[in-house]
Amino acid sequence: MHDGAEALRILVAQCRREARSIGIVGHDSKGFLDDAAGDVRLDTASHAGIVDYRPEELVVTARAGTPLAELTQALAERGQLLPFDPPRYGHAGTLGGAIASGLSGPARPWRGSVRDAVLGVEIVNGLGERLRFGGSVMKNVAGYDVSRLMVGARGRLGVILSASVRVAPRPPAEATLRLSCTAARASELCRRWARLPLPITATCWVDDVLHVRLSGSKAGIVSAQASMQLHETGDAAVWAQVRDHDHPFFAGDAPLTRLSLPRGNRFAAADVLLEWGGCQAWLRRAAHEAGAAQDGFATAFRGRRAQHEPLDGTAKYARRVQQAFDPEGVFNPGLAT
Amino acid sequence: MSNDAVLEQLRRCLPASSLITGEHAVRPFETDGLTAIRERPWAVALPDDVEQVRAVLRICRQNDVPVVTRGAGTGLSGGARPLRNGLLLAMTKMNRIKEVDLDACTATVEPGVTNLSISQAVRQHNLYYAPDPSSQIACSIGGNVAENSGGVHCLKYGLTVHNVLGLRIETFEGDELVLGSKCLEQAGLDWLAVMIGSEGMLGVVTEVTVKLLPLPEAKRVLLASFRAVQDAGDAVGAIIAAGIVPAGLEMMDSPAIRAAEDFAAAGYPRDAAAILLCELDGTEEEVEADARRMQAVLAAHRADVRVASDEAERERLWKGRKSAFPAMGRIAPDYYCMDGTIPRRALAEVLGAIAAFASEYQLRVANVFHAGDGNLHPLILYDANQPGELHRAEELGRRILGLCVQVGGTVTGEHGVGVEKLDPMCEQFTAAELAQFHRLKAALDPAGLMNPGKAIPTLAHCAELGGMHVHGGRLPHPELERL
Ligand SMILES: Cc1cc2nc3c(=O)[nH]c(=O)nc-3n(C[C@H](O)[C@H](O)[C@H](O)COP(=O)(O)OP(=O)(O)OC[C@H]3O[C@@H](n4cnc5c(N)ncnc54)[C@H](O)[C@@H]3O)c2cc1C
Repeated sequence: MHDGAEALRILVAQCRREARSIGIVGHDSKGFLDDAAGDVRLDTASHAGIVDYRPEELVVTARAGTPLAELTQALAERGQLLPFDPPRYGHAGTLGGAIASGLSGPARPWRGSVRDAVLGVEIVNGLGERLRFGGSVMKNVAGYDVSRLMVGARGRLGVILSASVRVAPRPPAEATLRLSCTAARASELCRRWARLPLPITATCWVDDVLHVRLSGSKAGIVSAQASMQLHETGDAAVWAQVRDHDHPFFAGDAPLTRLSLPRGNRFAAADVLLEWGGCQAWLRRAAHEAGAAQDGFATAFRGRRAQHEPLDGTAKYARRVQQAFDPEGVFNPGLAT
Repeated sequence: MSNDAVLEQLRRCLPASSLITGEHAVRPFETDGLTAIRERPWAVALPDDVEQVRAVLRICRQNDVPVVTRGAGTGLSGGARPLRNGLLLAMTKMNRIKEVDLDACTATVEPGVTNLSISQAVRQHNLYYAPDPSSQIACSIGGNVAENSGGVHCLKYGLTVHNVLGLRIETFEGDELVLGSKCLEQAGLDWLAVMIGSEGMLGVVTEVTVKLLPLPEAKRVLLASFRAVQDAGDAVGAIIAAGIVPAGLEMMDSPAIRAAEDFAAAGYPRDAAAILLCELDGTEEEVEADARRMQAVLAAHRADVRVASDEAERERLWKGRKSAFPAMGRIAPDYYCMDGTIPRRALAEVLGAIAAFASEYQLRVANVFHAGDGNLHPLILYDANQPGELHRAEELGRRILGLCVQVGGTVTGEHGVGVEKLDPMCEQFTAAELAQFHRLKAALDPAGLMNPGKAIPTLAHCAELGGMHVHGGRLPHPELERL
């Protein structure tokens, strides 16, 4: 537990004065994704710890450098969880990094994404100013939603110092089921289930098996299981493996591409890992070989340097937004839009 | 160019019935739901389609005419209040549902479509659009996007920002931005978050793609009555702490209960100090299990609990809540609706303080609000015909919002800042934070002609109020325009 906020602000202000750039890192667990290099390395691990946790408010406020492991442990002790369940590649990762990268885990379509859960942030902008946006209450429309804009901005708009995020109660019961089937069948089932009120909180199809997680009351799970005709019990360990890319599918040096697909798509291929009710697919091919997949978009994950920025009508405005927060381009220059 | 010449240009790109001018004709547009603030617009344009929106914006850009976009005009913070020298762009004619995608469970609609009509259009497929502001029969989805509107079910299902997947925006510069898609993730910056809740300051919403949810299998409504407000406030926190996330959790205090009961005969206990209306939804089994736990928590907080026995009773209980606003019209000539959000744990304390303030200002306040997410709606009752009452009501409102900020909350949970809450914004944000908002606005609208003067106060405005800390008499960003 350490308050390094002012030191981080001073560092930014100083770099700005001296026209030196800054690369922001937490645990550097996602360094493979982004080239956050700069003249100076700003390490948020020096600013860590839970600042305020109130289970009855469903909110936790923690400093950016807080390890995800510590945060989830604290929540588990009070019967709660981080709804967006962020990946911990290499079993590391900080809250700040999870927000800046904006990556969500297996429950994302049902429990929401990182940005869905973010309620407020404190940041240092490129002018070396400490600013607070949002707050720790559920509903807040005072001013533009800068807190959510920070999610997935990959540190280009500022250093996240701390964040308040919404948490969720841990369900009383949970079950992982499995069904042997083809990708096409899995995709069809997911489409059908999306139209029904079912307690699904994760799906994953890989190696000809569809894994499904149901969460809620015991009775609710039993009745859903029956109506979905899922009879075979699976292994709950699969969810953390998929989330953290520990599953054998992710092993080895072949390129890794993430495919974001529209809801209700009919995408199916034998050599992919398909999660999020069919809305996210992983491929061991380079992004440019992923094909123009069904109105979705591909992101290079491992292999060549990731290139996520869309070159559409928003590009001009994205540059301006970046300048609005960081007029002199102090942050993460490797990632300029 | 003269005003008449600009009008002539507008006439050329709009059907005759879609351009309204003249003191008398523009009158219906002079205010939104915040009726105490009025202004007549120079002209009103009612485009039929996006081509016309583009043409109107181009003419305004070329002639430096400010534009205020308007949806259904139900906003409660003056966000759609027109400008005397500005064009009012009213989106109500763009009210088509363009596509319902049953595989994706999405609907793509024009901005003037009303909130409720989306759910009505997909009901036959057992789907609905979750955010349900009490104004849902009238308010437009474009207005919902601009305000990030909530409703009675947002504790469980989220606000507009959690339920919109895609937007099309026309910027003042003349670009069309296609933001989001039917995918869950967005490539690049989270543009949807920037646009949703931006109060018409960054662009015109011309299309919205919303997420549809399957209608829940079962619903149950519990009515809990309390003899002490403190118990009701504590029960709210205890329900959440017990791991229950109700679909709706609404609270009414004694003045609100009586007014609603007189108006709607909902079956509320007149002698209760407070009631909680709790709705649970999900599968039969979930609802059954949660209802049992909920009853135990409520009983532990000394509540009398009644469970609606059938659909008719459920509807009646909700009708009382939903007619609370019109019910106020019966007991006072005017009311002023506040919208602060506070941490739930402060509920009882803040309600107590509001009552004390009210007697200080010799005004009555009724509370009916979204207790589950701490979003208060104190209704300050007054009579505008009594000299000084409106002024006292506004003063009281400011005190209440100040208190919300002090206990760690915010000055607006869902109604937006508009022109109404510019002053309290100075209390909630520092000069540097406000300056950051202004720079973000300028990134999307460098000319500063989209809904100017709303949502974010200028630094000069705050300095005048004395609500902002100005060091050494110098404003942090002297280069910023002062209005
Ligand atoms: C009785 C009553 C009950 C209410 N209950 C609730 C409630 O439960 N929850 C809640 O959140 N709100 C509630 N409201 C407030 C209001 O209904 C919402 O804010 C609503 O979203 C406004 O929609 P509108 O179409 O009327 O927008 P307007 O009032 O016309 O405009 C609101 C803002 O949106 C902008 N805007 C409108 N359309 C567009 C567009 N196409 N593109 C860009 N900007 C646009 C305007 O410039 C303005 O800033 C209530 C209001 C009333 C009168």
